[in-house]
Amino acid sequence: MRLTCPLCGERDLREFTYRGAALARPEGEAWGDDWHDYIHLRDNPAGESREYWAHSTGCAAVLLVTRDTRTHEVLGSALAKGGGA
Amino acid sequence: MRFSGLRVLKEGLTGNRGWGPHWRDPAPKPAYDIVIIGGGGHGLATAFYLAKEHGLRNVAVLEKGYLGGGNVGRNTTIVRANYFLPGNSEFYSHSLKLWEGLEQELNYNVMHSQRGLINLFHSDGQRDAAARRGNAMINQGDDAELLDREGVRRLLPYLDYDQGRFPIYGGLYHRRGGTARHDAVAWGFARGASDRGVDLIQNCEVTGIDVEGGQVTGVQTSRGAIRARKVAIVTAGRSGQVAAMAGMRLPIESHILQAFVTEGLKPVLDNVVTFGMGHFYISQSDKGGLVFGGDLDMYPSYAQRGNLPTAEHVMEAGMALMPMIGKARVLRSWGGIMDMTPDGSPIIDRTDIGGLYLDCGWCYGGFKAVPGSGYALAHLLATDRPHDSATGFRLDRFRDGVGLMDEEGTGAQHNLH
Ligand SMILES: Cc1cc2nc3c(=O)[nH]c(=O)nc-3n(C[C@H](O)[C@H](O)[C@H](O)COP(=O)(O)OP(=O)(O)OC[C@H]3O[C@@H](n4cnc5c(N)ncnc54)[C@H](O)[C@@H]3O)c2cc1C
Ligand SMILES: [Zn+2]
Repeated sequence: MRLTCPLCGERDLREFTYRGAALARPEGEAWGDDWHDYIHLRDNPAGESREYWAHSTGCAAVLLVTRDTRTHEVLGSALAKGGGA
Repeated sequence: MRFSGLRVLKEGLTGNRGWGPHWRDPAPKPAYDIVIIGGGGHGLATAFYLAKEHGLRNVAVLEKGYLGGGNVGRNTTIVRANYFLPGNSEFYSHSLKLWEGLEQELNYNVMHSQRGLINLFHSDGQRDAAARRGNAMINQGDDAELLDREGVRRLLPYLDYDQGRFPIYGGLYHRRGGTARHDAVAWGFARGASDRGVDLIQNCEVTGIDVEGGQVTGVQTSRGAIRARKVAIVTAGRSGQVAAMAGMRLPIESHILQAFVTEGLKPVLDNVVTFGMGHFYISQSDKGGLVFGGDLDMYPSYAQRGNLPTAEHVMEAGMALMPMIGKARVLRSWGGIMDMTPDGSPIIDRTDIGGLYLDCGWCYGGFKAVPGSGYALAHLLATDRPHDSATGFRLDRFRDGVGLMDEEGTGAQHNLH
């Protein structure tokens, strides 16, 4: 599996760290079902998955990667909102 | 058909013509009292204990592939009771006791071998943690001994004691730890359950879970609809998909864990050894292959195969610890789908849907749990109360934060275990 960083190009998997499923963060800070959902519960898809990866030993940008979890095929990657700044 | 030394001798002398199939191959009936989804170690053990401990025999295990084709036949077979936290500690202690009587109970050779497990440590801090863990194990009634460097050297003379980077300070020795033949565990439970009247139905994929008015009524399968009063989801890495059939989202991400085996060698490695400074654990199978593994690849996957960076790390860690294995050729590597929970501990519980039960979240440690989990889930299904050994494995601990069991102390969040 290789990932493409929009800033650095296609790179070896060793340079990246998986940072979790790409989910919308709840508004507000009070604990409730929305936070439980966000932190714990997962669709855990067998197929297309949207997830964050950090280019940790490269430029440090956080990427939004679309990937097929059945085949490890990478379908797309872009800078996560604010991830390159 | 009972196995005995005499029987083996007799069959050996008469061309092994007297052996029959180990379990029946029934067609699914239209309805059962209890349907277990998933014919892995946990599903089969649950069926066995339902029949044996609770006299419940109108039970079916539905397996989409063949029995034992999932993680139960893909793991590195380490069996131990060296957990630290209350909740886990009593459960694995109970499971190990079941292991110790399992071959007699099943009349089946699962090759359970208590060859001893040594967790190495490489710093003062790790020694303190090992001593603390050892005390917790002893308090639980299990065995633990703290070995110093010379104690380890007497047991494991082949480790690299000269390297300065990861010096070996000692090890936590768990004599009752060891290995077992993974397939045989699945086969033994399958045979025991089938003999007691449980229907084991292979090539039967569950495609839907029927719920009416908040109560489960049955399942849809590739071999037709089957009604059931109670349904248990015991599908390891596939738990998320199967629970989704009942409209549930679980606190689970499925990740890939790889394992490796070398060509057969003469006996060189008597125990199970784990490295404290890299992800590496190893034992030698009775056929002679060195069986070893490391950490997750650390990204979600259903591919049942991993990538090279993790393979490379595992090999490097092995070479740093025991250079003698460097000339052995790796024959095979493979992967299994791990049902990872946020705190790294499992779930055996009811759900919000009446009659629907969940046994999942075994992460990379569910082989040793096979008897204990089967026993506890059977108890829950039969009595609707958690078994004493498994009261901590609640599904709602994530929502309310009470009773999280984070053995590693890294935080109860995904991707940290
Ligand atoms: C490489 C590796 C090494 C490991 N090492 C160890 C170790 O040393 N010690 C240890 O304790 N644990 C270890 N484990 C973990 C252990 O193997 C698992 O936690 C445990 O086997 C999971 O439970 P199971 O046996 O019931 O799972 P499985 O055998 O995976 O059973 C689940 C079954 O459900 C079936 N299924 C899924 N979906 C459906 C459906 N829709 N309908 C019908 N059936 C379905 C699957 O086909 C499968 O057979 C390891 C795992 C791996 C992959
Ligand atoms: Zn980059």
